[in-house]
Amino acid sequence: MAQTETYTRAAPVAPFLQIQHIVKQFDDVFAVDDVSLDIAQGEIFALLGSSGCGKSTLLRMLAGFEAPTSGQILLAGQDIVGLAPYERPINMMFQSYALFPHLTVWENVAFGLKRDGMPKDQIEERVTQMLDLVQLKQYAKRKPHQLSGGQQQRVALARSLAKRPKLLLLDEPLGALDAKLRQRTQLELVDIIERVGVTCVMVTHDQEEAMTMATRIGVMSEGKILQIGKPAEIYETPNCLFVADFIGTVNIFNGAVEVDEADHVIIAAADCKHYVSHGITGTQGMEVHVAVRPEKMSIQSEPVTDAQRELAAEVGYNLAQGVITELAYLGSLTTYHVKLASGLVVKVTHTNDARHGSSSLTWGDAVYVWWFGSDVVVLTR
Amino acid sequence: MYRLVQNYFGRVWLVLVFLFLYLPLLFMVVFSFNSSRQDAVFTGFSLRWYEALARDNKIVEGFWLSLQIALATGILSAVLGTFAAFVLVRYLRFTGRTVFSGMVNAPLVMPEVVIGLSLLLLMVGIQNVFGWPERGLLTIVLGHTLLGMAYAMVVVQSRLLEVDRSIEEAAMDLGARPAQVFFLVTLPNIAQAILAGFLLSFTLSFDDVVISEFLSGPGVNTLPQVIFGYARRGINPTIYAAATLLISVISIAVVVYSIWVARQARRRVQEAQQAFSEPAARASYA
Repeated sequence: MAQTETYTRAAPVAPFLQIQHIVKQFDDVFAVDDVSLDIAQGEIFALLGSSGCGKSTLLRMLAGFEAPTSGQILLAGQDIVGLAPYERPINMMFQSYALFPHLTVWENVAFGLKRDGMPKDQIEERVTQMLDLVQLKQYAKRKPHQLSGGQQQRVALARSLAKRPKLLLLDEPLGALDAKLRQRTQLELVDIIERVGVTCVMVTHDQEEAMTMATRIGVMSEGKILQIGKPAEIYETPNCLFVADFIGTVNIFNGAVEVDEADHVIIAAADCKHYVSHGITGTQGMEVHVAVRPEKMSIQSEPVTDAQRELAAEVGYNLAQGVITELAYLGSLTTYHVKLASGLVVKVTHTNDARHGSSSLTWGDAVYVWWFGSDVVVLTR
Repeated sequence: MYRLVQNYFGRVWLVLVFLFLYLPLLFMVVFSFNSSRQDAVFTGFSLRWYEALARDNKIVEGFWLSLQIALATGILSAVLGTFAAFVLVRYLRFTGRTVFSGMVNAPLVMPEVVIGLSLLLLMVGIQNVFGWPERGLLTIVLGHTLLGMAYAMVVVQSRLLEVDRSIEEAAMDLGARPAQVFFLVTLPNIAQAILAGFLLSFTLSFDDVVISEFLSGPGVNTLPQVIFGYARRGINPTIYAAATLLISVISIAVVVYSIWVARQARRRVQEAQQAFSEPAARASYA
């Protein structure tokens, strides 16, 4: 069951888009398996997952290209499930842009407005406004094949915003762009969407895209939503192994609960004992996973002194010994792969915050890896 | 010696192929200007056969009839072929799909004589029951369309498969109803293929002898039928003149069309390059 957290910018608002118990079944397969979501007005919500998880199917149901097997979708209180795509106040920007090749940029953007029967002078005004927004006014007379990939994307965006839809859908918006362009475009896209003030649901498999652009993320797998939250929550407080592993990199220690108290827990794993400085709902002896992000770990060749510890109770815990097997120097950071006694390889990321001599560690060095008990997440599934 | 053969074999072969293809036509063109009736000897330059052609009603009437039939066939085939192509490309599962596909494609592989004969029997049968149609222009058009439709469908089908479905979804998303999607988005993108289908059926119909022979009535003769008839009765250089005129017109049309297409292609390449040679005017994303 998905958590539904209301996104608050100024004050709590009633959910603008309510997806209620949507199911999509193809023969025996549940492409979307009982998904419920509340999205507030003005939010940029990202559905994040790998291919086949059902996010695109869900998006297509919002657009009207697929009909759900069961469930309701309420947009501003109105159930839109029975409406055809051309009847919905929703517009979509396709992954391939889907620009009309036989029409000019101007005509592409004006297409939707003409279908609405808008008077000519108003169309003129709106199209000019849109082209100004995406900075493509001088390309108005060109055809799509005369534009670069980035320009085509801007036309697609202008076209999808021209009708001032209540909801904007983005299908892998940056998928077709090369890496360099992608970074610049992410923020510009968000800028335009926020300026227009439209509510937005986007679908992506790229976590960087989701984390950069979205106000809230919903992680999907196998037709279900596993976790919903702001990017920081998803990253720092994953609720299951899949989410922890899917977002960024993570080290997982498998162990069992040794001591279970209200304010701390001790978990025994193969290479070390974990002292976790908060209680968990669980029982003694329960099998759990301890997730620690690479950047939360520290690495050094000397033994860890008591003074380095925050809590006296942590001495002797949250510590492992191993050998550096791999080293990746990435300029701003260095990633060490450390092989522990049990054979488990943990990744440790170290920021190179001093120019010289910050680290003399190299392949084959015996090192101590340690972290704070407040930096771990205990997962039961 | 081997090197010599390697260098020139290609060119020699090319010349031989061209001779094989065009020598008969060249022969005919040359002898259309022959001053006498003989085929073996060129006795002198004369335009008498062209004069005879101008006076020959049968050939001129045959030409106009062929033109009318070809136009009607071309249009009908293009329209029906497009419908058939649409059905086969867009609807992947329906009862009778295989049968439908087979039936529309059948004229492509069946011998024309078989098609002609069976259509004749059908027409005669219908005429006996309903008293209509009389064999003539209409029946020829129907017979030609049967064949032309298959060709037009193949051409349109291959183009339709290439069209990106997401532009149709985009059109619907922007408020276009299904009929509007077809006329405003799909049709413009397959227009060239439909035109190609039309031209193909037109040419096929104009040139057709077998089906026309089976399905024509008394006094109704297409141009190929007239020429065929003359040829059977003996050498008549008037038909050489007719053929030469036809060849000239078609050649000129093909040359003009090719130049136009080449110019379009060059223009497209230039326009596409424009997008990339543009200096980055702003710092914002390209």
